[in-house]
Amino acid sequence: MGAFSSTAPLIAVIVPTLAAVLIVLSRRRPNLREFWSVGASAAMFAVVLSILPDVLAGRYPEILLFDISPGISLALTADAAGLIFALSASALWIVTSVYSIGYMRTVGEKKQTRYYASFALCLASTMGVAFSANLLTFVLFYEMLTIATYPLVIHKETPGAVAAGRKYLAYLLTGGLVLIAAAALTYQYAGTLDFKPGGFLSQLGSQPNLMLLFVLFLIGFGVKSALMPLHGWLPTAMIAPTPVSALLHAVAVVKAGVFGFVRVVGFVFGPDLFHSIGAWHVLAVLAAITILLSSLLAMYQDNLKRRLAYSTVGHLSYIVLGVSLLSPLAWVGGLLHIVNHAALKITMFFCAGAIYARTHCENVSELDGMGKQMPITMGAFTLASLGLVGLPPLNGFISKWMLGQGALGADAGVFLGLLLLSGLLNAAYLLPIVRRAYFAKSDKRNRFGEAPLLMVVPLVLTAALALFLGLFPDGLFYFYRLASDTAASIFGGVSG
Amino acid sequence: MNQLPVIIPVSLLMFAFLTFLLGIWRRSLAYPVATAGVTVSLVASVLGLMRVLQSGPQHYFLGGWAPPLGIEYVLDNLSAFMAVLILTVAFISMAYSRQTFLKEVPEKIVPLYSLLLLLLAGLAGIVVTGDLFNVYVFLEIASLAAYAVLCIGNDKAPVAVIRYVIIGTVGACFYLLGVGFLYFATGSLNMADVAGLLPGLYGSRLVVAAAVFIVAGMALKMALFPFHIWLPDVYTYSPSGVITFVAPLMTKVGAYVLIRMLVSVFSPNYLNESFPVTVALGWLGAAGIIAGSIMAIAQKDLRRMLAYSSVAQIGYVALGIGLANPLGLVGAMLHILNHAFMKGGLFQVSGSIRYSTGLWQIPHLAGLGRRMPWTMGAFTVAAISMVGIPPAAGFFSKWYLVQGAVYADNWVFVGVVLLSSLLNAVYFFRILEKVYTAPEAEHGGASLAKDPPMGMLVPMLIMAVGIIVLGIINAAIVSNILQPVADQIF
Repeated sequence: MGAFSSTAPLIAVIVPTLAAVLIVLSRRRPNLREFWSVGASAAMFAVVLSILPDVLAGRYPEILLFDISPGISLALTADAAGLIFALSASALWIVTSVYSIGYMRTVGEKKQTRYYASFALCLASTMGVAFSANLLTFVLFYEMLTIATYPLVIHKETPGAVAAGRKYLAYLLTGGLVLIAAAALTYQYAGTLDFKPGGFLSQLGSQPNLMLLFVLFLIGFGVKSALMPLHGWLPTAMIAPTPVSALLHAVAVVKAGVFGFVRVVGFVFGPDLFHSIGAWHVLAVLAAITILLSSLLAMYQDNLKRRLAYSTVGHLSYIVLGVSLLSPLAWVGGLLHIVNHAALKITMFFCAGAIYARTHCENVSELDGMGKQMPITMGAFTLASLGLVGLPPLNGFISKWMLGQGALGADAGVFLGLLLLSGLLNAAYLLPIVRRAYFAKSDKRNRFGEAPLLMVVPLVLTAALALFLGLFPDGLFYFYRLASDTAASIFGGVSG
Repeated sequence: MNQLPVIIPVSLLMFAFLTFLLGIWRRSLAYPVATAGVTVSLVASVLGLMRVLQSGPQHYFLGGWAPPLGIEYVLDNLSAFMAVLILTVAFISMAYSRQTFLKEVPEKIVPLYSLLLLLLAGLAGIVVTGDLFNVYVFLEIASLAAYAVLCIGNDKAPVAVIRYVIIGTVGACFYLLGVGFLYFATGSLNMADVAGLLPGLYGSRLVVAAAVFIVAGMALKMALFPFHIWLPDVYTYSPSGVITFVAPLMTKVGAYVLIRMLVSVFSPNYLNESFPVTVALGWLGAAGIIAGSIMAIAQKDLRRMLAYSSVAQIGYVALGIGLANPLGLVGAMLHILNHAFMKGGLFQVSGSIRYSTGLWQIPHLAGLGRRMPWTMGAFTVAAISMVGIPPAAGFFSKWYLVQGAVYADNWVFVGVVLLSSLLNAVYFFRILEKVYTAPEAEHGGASLAKDPPMGMLVPMLIMAVGIIVLGIINAAIVSNILQPVADQIF
């Protein structure tokens, strides 16, 4: 474990924060304002990318700032797990920034300064979550993420948006508050909150108390991970502008939730302890129920974004399932799915937004014949659908394959069956859209044509990324290496 | 410079008279002289804190007479902390209130400033004195000055204050009774002396009665549920400039006295074994948190909402004291500091809205976010802190309180503290929604709104920045100043 002192993780957090300030200062000059947004995303990505070679070589940059509570410092460190999250979020922010510009200008949204500034703060908080070295720092950035995303959810300022904002806050704040209790209890048991691969809660106290601690974490992280029955906020939050749904509610906020589970199971409890208290049962079953129910609910949604929201709920539980199965392969699959699902879902949301921006259609039932009118958009959508179903050569197949192998390796073959069934259900709610788009005749509309380039190019890029990662899981960013390094550090090199 | 402990209250006393005398001669001198007085005392308190952190507690005997007959002034971690807190908030409020006073009650400036300095002298005196009866003296100075300044204003203020006078005086008398009993039992009025003599009187009914009277008296003074009934009316009807002094400080000093009794005179175990004082404090605090928050949600008047919110916040402090463990006590003390800044800032915003638009009803605040961006920005920071979102200070006092409750295995308290954050979110975010997303009023005061002048804006912003800074540096404050206090007794 080679930890060395470096300011890189801190810079990754500071760059978007600074950008938020600059964005507010440039409020009267839209071009400059948007330049800061895109520029900051590129700069932040560059910083995160610069950390990659070190982490791959087993050297982890860390920086300890001042104490935020006696004995607990505000500490940031980049390890393999954090880098998976940070790389995917920061890379996707670049395309989302570009996409946002296209979307906001086409749709003519107001309050754009608040939008771009909040977005930047969200990404700063996300980097903070990804790079947190201890549980208190994690909770800090986790809560800041909630509050930074609130203005984005209520962006439209309609009564519906404000009501959605209330529901959003009610759920997310509750989760965060329960997390505070969980952190306090953990600190009382262990005297430390520093994340350690393999966990730092050695067998302390009697089993009931650890179960209580697990339940607190379950609620705390379960809300943002949209684990049923705590998922209610996500479909409602779809009222936000589509770029918000795309990056935040498919990549940043929800992945912060599942990342919380990654940290708790792998770096707080540790797999052995987690297994011995039986918590893995609870988590796996809840994840399984979520996967099934969400897919069924998705089939009934006519609103495209809501359908995608329920799909997200299900796919997040793939990751949670992988984490709960406590086998290295399942972990690799789950961690990879953080990236893979992000790329696929963001593509689909980008498509939904492009369709809305061009045609003002929000519902699946209005998409007849869209394949003819927006071939590139629907082409990307189809590719992403196949990816979510889990078909090769797309990246969705890779993570599903590893998850299935992990399930077999953990003697929990029933979950493999669940994954296959879920693939079918995914097809059931996604492929009809494709069918409508290509094989149904649209009776009324004129030719709309594709959305502006600023929206179409990003969605093509993310679809291409999904395909690329399906063909070369370790390509470009070494995600596969990072995932297996994480699993190795947690499971201590045990194979299978 | 070993007179630092006594300079803090005495300078304020002297400047109170000076303000009055010079003010009668030349009205425009009242404000500068009063500010000078606060500045002198502030500098003394900061120097005092630094001295204490370097070399330990500072003692000063008034007139050179030793206890038990003489009066001792002590600056230790806790009293220096409180003194700096009081004077800092007072200093910022002095700057803020000038324009509201000029606008609302210009002809009463001179008595107003003199009385305010007397009030501050009383508050400062309470926190630096080491003599039980001296606490009563300064308590009455502060209370009488407070009754007077709170009356200045509209017609409803005197009625509200009458209730405060009655309840406050009862509280002070209870305290005096308690001190009297202690004197009979121990023969001394000096806190350190009494602390040394008490263990020998273990089980004495007189001492237990003294403890109960003192706690009851202070509960009335600090508006602990259900003794809070005087507070909402008083906070609602007093002038904006005055409430920015009173709201952050008055009730906190009551809490300070409780803590001081716990730390330096009685010990928690001593109290609990004879009469479950800390348990009662904790549960009343918890009840106050919930009751205050729920009542706040029901209010339409912004000031009244903030008043009930203050009742809830005092509940936090009482809960922290009632936990009777180091973390709870640290949380309580930190919350005294954090709440002073949060509530001070919030009342300053409320006053600014009043100054700029004449409005105080929440439904009328629609759309002010656009017209008064800086004011509402300060409000947002304070609101976020009240809800308990990091990095604002409010998060950290809740963190310590939750830790304390977890340590005491009291999951009801954990639930109460966390639930109250949600309740706070309800009534604060309701205002944020109104201010930022509701369509603006076409006519009436709101359409003329703009940010208040610099003299009021800068103090508000200082409070807002202070809230964030206090959050970020909270560990430094806790480790260096507050933790040693808790470690002393546990």
